[in-house]
Amino acid sequence: MFKPVFIAGSGIVSAIGSNVAQHIASFETESAGIGQHRYLQTRHALPVAEVMHSNSGLAALAGMADDLPRTALLSAVAAQEALRDAGLEDISRWRTGFVSANTVGGMDKTEDFYADFMQDAAKGRLRNLVHHECGAASELVADRLGIRNYVTTISTACSSSANAVFFAARLIRQNFLDIVVAGGVDALTRFTLNGFNTLMILDKQHCQPFDEHRRGLNLGEGAGYLVLVSDAVAESLARVPFCTLSGYSNANDAYHQTASSPDGTGSYLAMSGALNKAGLLPGDIDYINLHGTGTQNNDIAEGTAIAKLFEGRYPPMSSTKSFTGHTLGASGALEAVFSVLSIQHGMIYPNLRLATPMKELPFTPVTRFQKGCAVRHVLSNSFGFGGNCSSLVFSKV
Amino acid sequence: MYIRAASAISPQSGFEQLMTAPAVYTGSKLTCVEPDYTATIDPKMLRRMSRIIRMGVTAAKHCLQEADIQQPDAIIMGTAYGCLADTESFLRRMVEFKEELLNPTAFIQSTHNTVGAQIALMLKCHSYNNTYVHRGFSFESALLDAMSLLLESEAQHVLVGGVDEITDTSHALLSRFGLYRADGSTETLYEPSGKGTMNGEGASFLLLSNQASGQDCARLVGMHTFYKPAAMREVEEQVVLFLKNHHIAPANIDLMVCGDNGDTANDSIYQQVRAAINAEIPFLRFKRYCGEYPTAGAFALWLSAHILKTGSCIADYGSLHQPPRTILVHHHSNNTHHSLFLLSVC
Amino acid sequence: MENLMADLKKQIIAQLNLKDLQPEDIGDDQPLFVEGLGLDSIDALELIVLLQQEYQIKLASAEEGQSVFRSVRTMAQYITERRAKTA
Repeated sequence: MFKPVFIAGSGIVSAIGSNVAQHIASFETESAGIGQHRYLQTRHALPVAEVMHSNSGLAALAGMADDLPRTALLSAVAAQEALRDAGLEDISRWRTGFVSANTVGGMDKTEDFYADFMQDAAKGRLRNLVHHECGAASELVADRLGIRNYVTTISTACSSSANAVFFAARLIRQNFLDIVVAGGVDALTRFTLNGFNTLMILDKQHCQPFDEHRRGLNLGEGAGYLVLVSDAVAESLARVPFCTLSGYSNANDAYHQTASSPDGTGSYLAMSGALNKAGLLPGDIDYINLHGTGTQNNDIAEGTAIAKLFEGRYPPMSSTKSFTGHTLGASGALEAVFSVLSIQHGMIYPNLRLATPMKELPFTPVTRFQKGCAVRHVLSNSFGFGGNCSSLVFSKV
Repeated sequence: MYIRAASAISPQSGFEQLMTAPAVYTGSKLTCVEPDYTATIDPKMLRRMSRIIRMGVTAAKHCLQEADIQQPDAIIMGTAYGCLADTESFLRRMVEFKEELLNPTAFIQSTHNTVGAQIALMLKCHSYNNTYVHRGFSFESALLDAMSLLLESEAQHVLVGGVDEITDTSHALLSRFGLYRADGSTETLYEPSGKGTMNGEGASFLLLSNQASGQDCARLVGMHTFYKPAAMREVEEQVVLFLKNHHIAPANIDLMVCGDNGDTANDSIYQQVRAAINAEIPFLRFKRYCGEYPTAGAFALWLSAHILKTGSCIADYGSLHQPPRTILVHHHSNNTHHSLFLLSVC
Repeated sequence: MENLMADLKKQIIAQLNLKDLQPEDIGDDQPLFVEGLGLDSIDALELIVLLQQEYQIKLASAEEGQSVFRSVRTMAQYITERRAKTA
C-alpha cells in the first residue's frame, strides 16, 4: 500500500563549509567552525558557529536578493545544492514539495525593525517585517526552486527539521508527492543568542558534548536538505539512490517545558520507536549521530536513554555539534545529511574536545575521524524544548 | 475520518450564541471571549502562560472532554504567528536593555511549539507531537499530518488545533500594511464590501478519529490546499477537481462556508468560485464571526462541524429547507493560500 | 535584614507572577523550590535576573543559585555578604 522512499541527494551549509565537499574536508581534518562572530550584531562575546559568508555572499550563492532574511538565503543555498546533487534540476514533470523547518524565521530583520519601531510606532521599514513569519523563508525558497505542489514549515524547537524529513517521507509513501526537498534552516540572531544566554546554558568556551566537565552549548547556524524521492523518480535518475529513510519516530518527554526528564523518557521513546519502524534491533545500528548539545541536562538524559536501549552493545557515536554548534531548527537536517554521508562514504565523525568521558555512562563517543567503515544503518537524534523528541534511521539500500 | 469533537475559543462565546445572537464587533478587530482559566489550568502552569497558550490549552482540554478521550495518539498544532506576546516581550526588552537583564520565561514561551508542548505536559502525553508554522497553511498542514497518521493507522485519535492571537503590537503593525478598516463593524462587513477587513484570532481544536463513535459531529471527507494560483481560472479548476476527486456533484452541496472578509478584492475570488461551481448553493460567510487571520480555517471547521451536528444553520444567501448534509468550506489568505474542506453529516 | 527579606518577598512574587500569594505567605526559611513554594529551574533563572536587576549582583552559573535560592533568608544573607564585599 505504501510506496518506498529513497534519498537521492543532499545539500548543506554550516560553519564548517558551504557545500557537502567542504563538510567532508572539515570532518577529515577535524576542523570545527566555532569562533567569534563576524556578521551577527551582538554585544556578547560568546563563541558561535557562524557561516563564513555575509548576507551578500550568501545572496550571490543563492541567486537571491541580499536584503532577505539570512534564514532564507542559507536555506536556498543548501536546497539548491541538494537538487543539483540528486540530478534533479528539472522537477517540472513531478509532483514536488518543499518541507522545511526553522525556529527564527525572519527574526534578524525584525530585530532591526524593532529598534526603530520602539522609538516611534510609525517608524521602521515594513519591508523588514514582511518575512517575519517562519513560513515566509520556506516560501521564498520554494518560489526560487519553482516548487508549488506543496510547501510547509515545521517548528518544534531543536527537533524541527527531523520532523520535516520524516513528514516528507510520509507524503511520498502515501503517493501524495513524488519528490520532496526536506530539511531545515536557522540563522544566528540576537533573539536566540540572548534567549539561550538567559537560560545560562551557553558555553563561554568551545563546547564539549558528552564530556564529564561539559559547560553548555555553542549556537550555530546553517541549513541542510535531503531530496526524498519515490521509486518512480529513483528509477529515472542517472545515479541510483544508495540510501533510504527506514525508520522515524516522534515522541514527547512531557516532563518540563525546557528540561529533559532524568531518565530521558522522550529520547528513549523516539529512538526505540524509530528502530521499530525500521524493523531493526539496537545491535543493527552502525553509528549514532547524537543530539549531544553539550548541556548538563541533555547529555545525561540522552546518554541514559542510550545506555538503556543499547545495553551492553554500543555502536560508535558522536555529536557533530562539536563542529557545527547547535543550529536549532537546522540541526536535525544537518545531522540527517551527515547520517546519509556516513552511509555513502563509510565515515564516522569524531566528537571533538572530548577529554573526560561522563562517569555515569558505560560508553564513550568516538574521538577520531574514521573512514572506510561499513555503515549500513545510522540513527540520528534530535531533541528539543517542549519535550519534542525525534529520531531518524537511515539505511543503505 | 470523523470529527468526534470540536471546541473553540473565539470572538463568539459558543455555537448556540453564534446561531442566535452573534457577538457584534466594531472598529478594526474581533477578539476572543475568554473563559475563566483557573477552572481548567493548574495555577502553577497558568502563571507563566500568555494569552495564546491559555486559550490553546483550554480549548484543547475542552475538545478532549467533549470527545471523551483522555490521551490522544497525537497532538498536532498549526500557528502562523506563534506566541506573539512572549516574542514581543523578549524582543522589546532585548532592544531596550541592550541585550542585558532578559527574562528566560518570555524566551522559553516564545517558541512556536509551546502550545502543543504545554498540552502534552498537561496530559503527560508522550505521543506524537508536532507544530506547523506555515502562514495561511499552518492549520491545514497540521490537519494533513493528522489525516495521514489516521490513514497510516499510526493513530486512532488525533487532537489537531489552529491558534493565533492578536496583540496590541501585532495589530498596530498589521494595520500599517493597510489591511483593516478603521471603523469597521461585523454587522456591515459585507454591505457594502470595501477596502480592508477586520483582524481576528482564535484557538480551535478538533478531535479526529478513524472510526465512528456514534456521536460524532461530522465526517471529514476531504481536504485540499493549493498555493499561489496563477490566475482565477486555476482557482476554479482546483475547486472543481477537488469535488470531482471526492465524487461530489455541486448540486449535492447543501451549504458553502466561505471566507469572505469584506475586502472587495479578496471577496471577488469567493464570488467567482461560487459562480463557477453553482451560484444557487446557499452560503455562509464565517469571517464576520472570527475575523481574518491565518488559521481561521480551523474556526471554519469548528463552525461547520457544529452545523452538521446540530442541524441548525444560518445562511447569508439562499434558504435551507432542511438541515445541511454536505458542506464545502473555502478559505484563502491573500489569494496565495487556498484551502478546501469537505464535510458531511454522520 | 528584615527589610531586605520583606522587599525580596514582594520582588519574588512580582518576578515570578505568583498572583495568588501575599508576601506574608512566604516564610523566611521556607524552601522556595520543590516541596516549599514549588518553584523550578526556570524560576531559578528568573531569580538570577532579579538579583541582577534589583541588587546588581551577577551569579556566575545556574548551579550557584541552588544554595543562594534555598529560602528568602539565604537570598538576603547572600545579598548582604556580597554588598559587604564590594563596600
